[in-house]
Amino acid sequence: MQAPVGTTFVGMPAFPDAARDALGDPVLRHNLAHATGTIRDKRARVVAEVDDWEDLRVDGAAVKDTALADLGTHLLALESALTARGARVHWARDAAEANAIVAGIAKGHGVDEVVKVKSMATQEIGLNEALEAEGIAAWETDLAELIVQLGEDRPSHILVPAIHRNRAEIRAIFRDRMAAAGRPAPDDLTDEPAELAAAARLHLREKFLRARMAVSGANFAVADSGTLVVVESEGNGRMCLTLPEVLVSVVGIEKVVPTWDDLGTMLRLLPRSSTGERMNPYTSTWAGVTPGDGPQEMHVVLLDNGRTRALADEVGRQALRCIRCSACLNVCPVYERTGGHAYGSVYPGPIGAILNPLLQGPGSSAWVDSLPYASSLCGACYEVCPVRIDIPSVLVDLRAQVVDAKRIVPDVSAADSGVRPRQRPAAPSPQSLAMKGAAMTFASARRLGLAERFAGVGTSLARRLPWLPGVSAWAGARDLPQAPAESFRRWWRRTDGGRR
Amino acid sequence: MRVALQVTCLNDALFPHVGQAVVTLLRRLGVDVEFPEAQTCCGQPMVNTGYLDEAVPAVRSFVSAFSSYDAVVTPSGSCAGSARHQHGLVARRSGDAGLQAAVASLSPRVYELTEFLVDVLGVTDVGASYPHEVTYHPTCHSLRMLGVGDRPRRLLEEVRGLRLRELPYADQCCGFGGTFAVKNADTSIAMGADKVRHVRETGAEVLVAGDSSCLMHLGGLMERQRSGVRTMHLAEVLAAQE
Amino acid sequence: MTSAREEILARVHAATAEAVAPERPALAPSGPVDVDLFAERVADYEAVVERCAPEEVTERVAARVAGLRVVVPDGLPFAVAGSVADDGLVAADLDALDGVVTTATVGIAETGTIVLDHGPGQGRRALTLVPDLHVCVVRADQVVADVPDAVRRLDPARAQTWISGPSATSDIELSRVEGVHGPRTLHVLLTR
Ligand code: SF4
Repeated sequence: MQAPVGTTFVGMPAFPDAARDALGDPVLRHNLAHATGTIRDKRARVVAEVDDWEDLRVDGAAVKDTALADLGTHLLALESALTARGARVHWARDAAEANAIVAGIAKGHGVDEVVKVKSMATQEIGLNEALEAEGIAAWETDLAELIVQLGEDRPSHILVPAIHRNRAEIRAIFRDRMAAAGRPAPDDLTDEPAELAAAARLHLREKFLRARMAVSGANFAVADSGTLVVVESEGNGRMCLTLPEVLVSVVGIEKVVPTWDDLGTMLRLLPRSSTGERMNPYTSTWAGVTPGDGPQEMHVVLLDNGRTRALADEVGRQALRCIRCSACLNVCPVYERTGGHAYGSVYPGPIGAILNPLLQGPGSSAWVDSLPYASSLCGACYEVCPVRIDIPSVLVDLRAQVVDAKRIVPDVSAADSGVRPRQRPAAPSPQSLAMKGAAMTFASARRLGLAERFAGVGTSLARRLPWLPGVSAWAGARDLPQAPAESFRRWWRRTDGGRR
Repeated sequence: MRVALQVTCLNDALFPHVGQAVVTLLRRLGVDVEFPEAQTCCGQPMVNTGYLDEAVPAVRSFVSAFSSYDAVVTPSGSCAGSARHQHGLVARRSGDAGLQAAVASLSPRVYELTEFLVDVLGVTDVGASYPHEVTYHPTCHSLRMLGVGDRPRRLLEEVRGLRLRELPYADQCCGFGGTFAVKNADTSIAMGADKVRHVRETGAEVLVAGDSSCLMHLGGLMERQRSGVRTMHLAEVLAAQE
Repeated sequence: MTSAREEILARVHAATAEAVAPERPALAPSGPVDVDLFAERVADYEAVVERCAPEEVTERVAARVAGLRVVVPDGLPFAVAGSVADDGLVAADLDALDGVVTTATVGIAETGTIVLDHGPGQGRRALTLVPDLHVCVVRADQVVADVPDAVRRLDPARAQTWISGPSATSDIELSRVEGVHGPRTLHVLLTR
């Protein structure tokens, strides 16, 4: 398998092709159905305990929208609060800048390894690979990330990156691969989850005790107090945030919440939505350097990498409210069947289907353009999202952007000549021809009536439903409905609505 | 009250008996429903595929067909959802202020069939009898976009002789999803296959839902499997007097 | 050349020029503090909860850590016989110890959470992390009803650790396993 580079996995095929492989893997489908089913039930139980859950969601959305509406001000407040408490703040426009900053700090301290807290932002920018290229080993310390890293695999879930692996597979990975990375797995390792976790504990402990530098992300960055927050379960986060001398936190600019009190809402929403617990085992907060306690040198890298692009998208902006709980993945019927790899990004599932196009721009690749279509628009994601991201509406809006991007293709030859690029229409696809045909047909009832008349028994579905082309794709596993002798319209006219 | 039937393009072309059932049902309840012949399609297939410009003519025809009515009833959660939640988008895109105003005034008067029966007519016993084992799949757009809640269930529970079998994982999508059914056919079929398995587990003879599109997808899968389970639109069950 | 900082801020300003902050809804205030609920919810995480009178603390702690090598932070308001003081222990030293005894700052009833702000009696963060047993004394008057009440009581300028049960993971088939990197045993003494 290919290693992730940057936001996307290199050479990613469009979603339908990637999904086909996953759908044909019965072990994967079993693992996913089992895992998502378990977490869905857990979430439902703890959410039902909270009487004002719906109000809480509204408030969670409002906290993040408040932050985003005046993001510049909050970022500056965050920067000055952090700086006042002895942290150094860096800004990174893109993945390359962020990686260079982190690598530079590591080299400045002469370290050849760092320990890492699970962080979506650092995965997004491909930090591990960038550090490796500089001769610095980045050790993932979250259990699932460790499984993925040792297995030279790719993450397939936001919260549980190894959700596609079952215990037997994990045992095999530990047994075969741990030794090369440090302390080997015990010889008598079984596939009991408790034993597997104990093996990880021993394997990683020597790294925690030895590491001089750690890299983290942050779940929240509180603007008014300069406090960073990491929410976790295993204690690997605490190890990384506490034991090394140097801590670098890579924080997406959308992680800002305006005030400390806002955490009252966010920390009620996140654990229940995420792991289905009332509270996660450990939450660490820190505001700069604490003399005599924890890392005495701290850096915070504020990362854009497409976030300002998403922020400028009026409909899509709400995706920046995301707190990466993964509830939308767990309820998604598409994700449940295809798994995360088919989405081709560290952000899979419903949020990935909108976030990747928003960060990269519709029209930027066939893969990006396929993602907004990787949904049946069933709306289950919106229903569970703790910050009420209306994912179906954003998907529909992005589909329109994908189509619009193809309507007009910039003339590249004129692009650098200084003249305003001329634009020419792209060659129409079968889909766009079908849609144009449908537009014509549906413009007038008379035309629709004629179309129906001439689409006799046995004619293609496409003739009867101008918007549904691709009969072969339909008929692979589904019988076509019997065409009726006459349309409703004709029946109404012939019988005067059944009165004759 | 002048009431219009929006039969939907799908029922018009492929499932006219669903439209006929709505007519029978509403007449029995004293509503002289009309069928404005200027209607075509709500435009949802185009909107949901990203073709907003192409949806404008459909929305125009929708508005011109239905604006003069007090209520528009449609046997589809999906088309009602489209009229209520997407026509505004399309109208804005058209840049036509007149169309925007017309949509804003018409949208709230569009009802999915069970909403019309329960909320506007105030009935749950529609005088139907259908002595069969039935299971009910709540379609996503009626469930989540419109929030029809337990209305279909309350209506079904009053149907004489009908035995309702609980559908496991009922609120999971069937995998139709409009053009998703062909653009992501493999995933769509995998979702549908699981739904069909749950339907078959109930032992029901008939699968009932409020959207012909989902039924076409599930029915196509069940026929291919020779499952022996029939599909029926909710309107047909509510119209039945067996 | 503009700096990354200037450029990002400029993009942010351009993107949010029209944006307005929404209204926040009024949330229902938390109910009364229920100390029994706190005990129950802490125990739900497979932590051990023992309730006792304040004057019994010394004795109960001694019983729990008997025969173990435990470290205690400065400012612990009671003595732990045979304990090691935290004077310049490095992580490897802590790793060689069996446990730690501390107090706490806040307890949250609804979620069964204990919050340390690492003030006197709680020690620096590594103390309650590396050893495998954490004995934590919480006073009933430190317990609040829910998360927002705790947030309001806490000082954002201080490093904090929120603890809900022992370290755990659900990364293997989403079945919960207690005890990964943090203390595998959490023992809470709740005093009246
Ligand atoms: S989109 Fe919502 S549900 Fe999905 S991960 Fe983000 S916050 Fe969670």
